[in-house]
Amino acid sequence: MADAHENNESNYLTATRGLKSWLFTVDHKRIGLMYLVGVLVFFLAGGLFAITLRTELLTPEGGDFISATTYNKMFTLHGAVMVFLVIIPSVPAALGNFLLPLMLGAKDVAFPRLNLLSFWVYTLGSMFFLFTLAAGQLDTGWTFYTPYSNTTGTAVVSATFGAFILGFSSILTGLNFIVTVHKMRAPGLTWNKLPLMVWALYSTAVIQVLATPVLAITLLLLIVERTLMIGIFDPAMGGDPVLYQHFFWFYSHPAVYIMILPGFGIESELIAVHSRKHIFGYKAIALSSVAIAIISFVVWGHHMFVSGQSELAGIVFSFLTFAVAVPTAIKTFSWVATLYKGSIEFNTPMLYGLMFLFTFTIGGLTGIFLGALSVDVHLHDTYFVVAHFHYVMMGGTIIAFVGGIHHWWPKMFGVMYSEKWGKIAALFIFVGFNMTFFNQFVLGQQGMPRRYWSYVPQFQQQHVLSTIGSYLLLIGFTVIAIYLVHSLRNGKKVGPNPWGAQSLEWTHTASPPIEHNFHGQPRVENDPYNFPEIDRTGATDAH
Amino acid sequence: MSDHATAEKKPHRFFAHHFNTVGQQAGAAKMGMWIFLATEVLMFSGLFLAYFVVRGLYPEMVLSSHELLDKTMGGINTVVLLTSSFTMAMAVRYAQLGDNKRCAQQLLVTTACAFIFMGVKYVEYTGKFSHGVFPGGYFNYDEAIQYAHSHGHSFRGLPHVFFGLYFVMTGLHGVHVVVGIGVILWVYLKAQKGHFSTDYYAPVENVGLYWHIVDLVWIFLFPLLYLVK
Amino acid sequence: MILSLFTAPENADAKQAVADAAAPAAEAASAPLPPLETAHSWAMPTQASTFAESTDNLYWFITALDTAFFILIIGAMGYFMWKYRRRSKEQKTSSITHNGMVEFLWSAIPTVLLLVIFVWGECDFVKQSVPPQDALEVRVTGQKWYWTVEYPKYPGVTLNSSTDEPALTLMVPKGKPVRLTMTSNDVIHSFYVPAFRLKRDVIPGRYTQIWFEATKVGEFNLFCTEYCGDLHSQMGGVVKVLEPADFERALKEAGTLEQEEGESMADYGARIYKRRGCVACHSIDGTDGTGPSWKGIWGRTENLASGTVTIEGERGQQYIRESILEPNKEIVSGYAPQMPSYQGQLDDTQISALIEYMKTLK
Ligand code: HEA
Ligand code: HEA
Ligand code: HEC
Ligand code: CUA
Ligand SMILES: [Cu+2]
Repeated sequence: MADAHENNESNYLTATRGLKSWLFTVDHKRIGLMYLVGVLVFFLAGGLFAITLRTELLTPEGGDFISATTYNKMFTLHGAVMVFLVIIPSVPAALGNFLLPLMLGAKDVAFPRLNLLSFWVYTLGSMFFLFTLAAGQLDTGWTFYTPYSNTTGTAVVSATFGAFILGFSSILTGLNFIVTVHKMRAPGLTWNKLPLMVWALYSTAVIQVLATPVLAITLLLLIVERTLMIGIFDPAMGGDPVLYQHFFWFYSHPAVYIMILPGFGIESELIAVHSRKHIFGYKAIALSSVAIAIISFVVWGHHMFVSGQSELAGIVFSFLTFAVAVPTAIKTFSWVATLYKGSIEFNTPMLYGLMFLFTFTIGGLTGIFLGALSVDVHLHDTYFVVAHFHYVMMGGTIIAFVGGIHHWWPKMFGVMYSEKWGKIAALFIFVGFNMTFFNQFVLGQQGMPRRYWSYVPQFQQQHVLSTIGSYLLLIGFTVIAIYLVHSLRNGKKVGPNPWGAQSLEWTHTASPPIEHNFHGQPRVENDPYNFPEIDRTGATDAH
Repeated sequence: MSDHATAEKKPHRFFAHHFNTVGQQAGAAKMGMWIFLATEVLMFSGLFLAYFVVRGLYPEMVLSSHELLDKTMGGINTVVLLTSSFTMAMAVRYAQLGDNKRCAQQLLVTTACAFIFMGVKYVEYTGKFSHGVFPGGYFNYDEAIQYAHSHGHSFRGLPHVFFGLYFVMTGLHGVHVVVGIGVILWVYLKAQKGHFSTDYYAPVENVGLYWHIVDLVWIFLFPLLYLVK
Repeated sequence: MILSLFTAPENADAKQAVADAAAPAAEAASAPLPPLETAHSWAMPTQASTFAESTDNLYWFITALDTAFFILIIGAMGYFMWKYRRRSKEQKTSSITHNGMVEFLWSAIPTVLLLVIFVWGECDFVKQSVPPQDALEVRVTGQKWYWTVEYPKYPGVTLNSSTDEPALTLMVPKGKPVRLTMTSNDVIHSFYVPAFRLKRDVIPGRYTQIWFEATKVGEFNLFCTEYCGDLHSQMGGVVKVLEPADFERALKEAGTLEQEEGESMADYGARIYKRRGCVACHSIDGTDGTGPSWKGIWGRTENLASGTVTIEGERGQQYIRESILEPNKEIVSGYAPQMPSYQGQLDDTQISALIEYMKTLK
């Protein structure tokens, strides 16, 4: 175990100094932190875009805050930034990079230089997005549907090229993680002793590697279609616009699991550690991730039920969509079961853990409506869909991500933030989030189409509520930002294992960890969820 | 897997210290490469899919357009690439035996083949351009149709789609060949410096794998584009 | 900035709305109120087609099921949170790690329920995709940012939606199946009538088909639900369902723009301008749209590929006729050839009326 003296020896933050020592580091922990900064900055940007468009939606008339063109650019940039620059790299690239080798008891990922490269590729990609902002923005929607994206005057090429580049960053990270999990596990760390976070990162990596190349080629075709007018997607040139949608969703549906699986991983850690109980149904949770990873490749058509694809296709895709819901169900139930006869502590990370169960379940359950063919005909491209995916992406991944940040903050920086403010912010976010998005289900169910800059007055009530909610979210996140930054200087120092967790990153290294993670090669006998509080006598189970 | 660090003999000078053993490092490199190749295959299969959709939509057009592609040149390139694949395999073999000199020779031949391939492609492309056969929207129908007639062919449908695909597919493949030339020269220099030994040859091996994929892709491109039936 | 679609006072009551919108969209000077379809804001829209009911039933079935599961899950969570909250540091916890039976049940039960939902949705969907033989044919064309509706059975009848008012866009008889054959002139649009639970993408370069049978007389919202650019949110209109008895008469009246008694050519032209979609691309206040503004068009000199033309006298009349009937023959420099041809949709008097109207736009 890590002794007290480790705390005042140099750690990965202090080992070397100067900007260079960060920009050219091959240390997975530093790379992870740099990703974290990038992701949060873009999260702020994406959030502000959202606030802007929400403000326009306060009144049914368009144009009393921003013009139609600006509005269209706002939701497009909001969606594109949140998806490509925030949620996809959020957990894997930021937290994952920091945690994976620590959890495996390795000195680093398998290919540290490749890891740095993928960070730089990420930066390059984001540059293209910034350039897009400068050069007339983008108004295609994050889905870049053809033929609109072939014809609109905005900077489609630079944006899609940015996404194309980001894809490679994502591929390289995935590749690196797969190899790391296979080859870098500490002696004794067998597959069924892996923390579920690792399982989640692993199955995510598999999807990233298998799906992203298709996105790459899709965007490439889109670019040549726009620049050279090849005539594959553009009907004016003899192409088929619906083909583009197949290509796009073939990546983008698996992508939604790239977004959520890491969230599942964090959730498992939060629930187990903070209720001091062995995770319920370890194997089921681990394997259901793999199941999801596989099935997710054959459900893309559920985004196209009304796009004029054949009835048969629609039916098959609807069926498979329901199939993919079951593994998720298993996880949800297992998390709740883990709480049973635990010793639940309501600290900030755990609050997010519980919030996740609440919001994600709503998000998932509403996916069922959309999977049902006849109902989706009514709900497709209405606010019901908008509400659904915010409940899963924001209420799932982002909530888990924020929870994860709070959970591993002491490990990353060796300091603790203010519990009081943590709880206050969590409350704001919970209320704000549900206020923003719950009534969007009602809007959608009543036929309010998405991507609308003006709307029928009867919808105003809900829209106003929703906008107020989004302001609460802004407040909540700002509070978080403030107390986290504040804690860096003034937070009280913590020992190696403040939560009494059992995985290697807590038990075998200091907070913050030393530059090469461990003194010597850790060996693993213990199972990561085997907490001292667990009553081996079985007496607790009796009554 | 990794717990017999002691059993290993003294690691070679390219041993990266976040690994426990040389074997672990080589294994990681190999696995990483295979995964990368998987992504390459998936990327190209996306293109092939697009090709088959277009062919399904306009079979007539594809048939009539492909006549314009020069089968002999395509054939030559196929032979050239196959040869290069063979020499590449030899290079790997020699590297495994630690024979840096022979390895270097083979790599040189491989590079030469790659250059020939690009040369032929250059001739083909310019030949097309000079007769208005440009990708997609830049396709000059009047010139191209004349050109086709002068070779006793006639287009049906929208040939610009076929040639658009032709340029994109062969173009992307060409990019891979160029990258290939780069990495082959890199291992060539390493071989020159005599870096490889019986327990360090992963770079040659992986470059080899990459080159075989580039070759394989062409093996599909050639019949699909040049020999449509 | 074009004032947005459907700007009605908040608390307009449904009856009033229907009445107003029923008034021929002709005197659209005062934009009629939109059809308000929901009694109160938490219900589904009115059920106005044969599909609506079973779609809603499934919707509420899933809602009930989901609520049950949600209560189950979150209820359990809440109970555990309270019962097993940490009271002391050394509080012991249970050692159970799994339970085959329970895990089987909570995989199997959802699976079965999901299958039920799948089959139900699937059956309704299939029913919706096979139009009956005797259906009334309607052609729908989507285009930035208005709909054009034609009836092969009633030549010369055309309805257009408008971006600055909820114009009458589709008229159908109650209780008769109607088949829509739809296509687009530019990008993808989507034809959505919430009250009918009906939606289908409208795709350039191909025809998509849907059918429905209206069950309620009244007026209902029509929306475009595939993002199509700036005025996507204004690309809506009004669907009007009538008793079969009144249908033909009303359709002919609304669908053919006859000059009315004592209506001046210019006013007639103004009406055509609004009702035939010109308004979507041509402003009359000088703001530049997809097409050149008509403000001061009469007497203006335009640069064309073939040189310049001054729009006045015989030549001017001629030029405008051509611009309307074969718009892409002569393209005004600085614009894309996006104007559709109105060959067969506008007769000579109507074109002359338009010209008279243009003359008034000084
Ligand atoms: C994190 C991302 C994420 C996740 C995890 C999901 C999860 C799911 N999604 Fe979602 N989805 C998106 C992100 C995501 N989605 C996005 C971004 C879009 C819109 C893209 C765009 O158009 O811009 C979208 C759109 C979308 C559509 C297309 C809607 C349309 O455009 O018409 C559909 C249709 O089937 C769908 C279905 C589902 C289903 C069935 C799940 C399932 O995986 C959910 C499974 C979970 C549960 C079911 C809850 C827990 C289970 C239980 C409590 C057991 C009991 C339950 C029952 C018996 C019912 N989603
Ligand atoms: C990860 C994905 C993600 C996230 C988190 C969000 C977050 C939000 N989204 Fe998002 N949204 C999308 C993905 C996401 N969205 C996508 C893909 C679309 C579709 C786009 C399209 O149609 O093409 C969309 C569309 C969309 C619409 C529909 C627009 C339309 O169709 O017309 C709306 C409208 O209300 C909306 C609102 C919001 C709001 C209010 C938030 C809020 O939750 C935002 C709250 C966040 C902030 C206010 C920032 C605060 C941050 C800081 C202060 C920095 C510090 C932070 C920390 C330290 C943690 N979004
Ligand atoms: C989809 C957009 C669109 C619609 C709808 C449209 N136009 Fe146009 N119109 C254009 C464009 C673009 C031009 C300029 C290019 C050209 O000349 O074709 C134009 C040009 C014209 C011109 C020549 C204007 C000039 O300044 O020289 C006239 C006249 C005209 N349109 C009349 C009409 C009438 C009448 C209608 C309706 C019955 C109509 N347009 C509907 C897009 C449209
Ligand atoms: Cu037309 Cu949206
Ligand atoms: Cu999906």
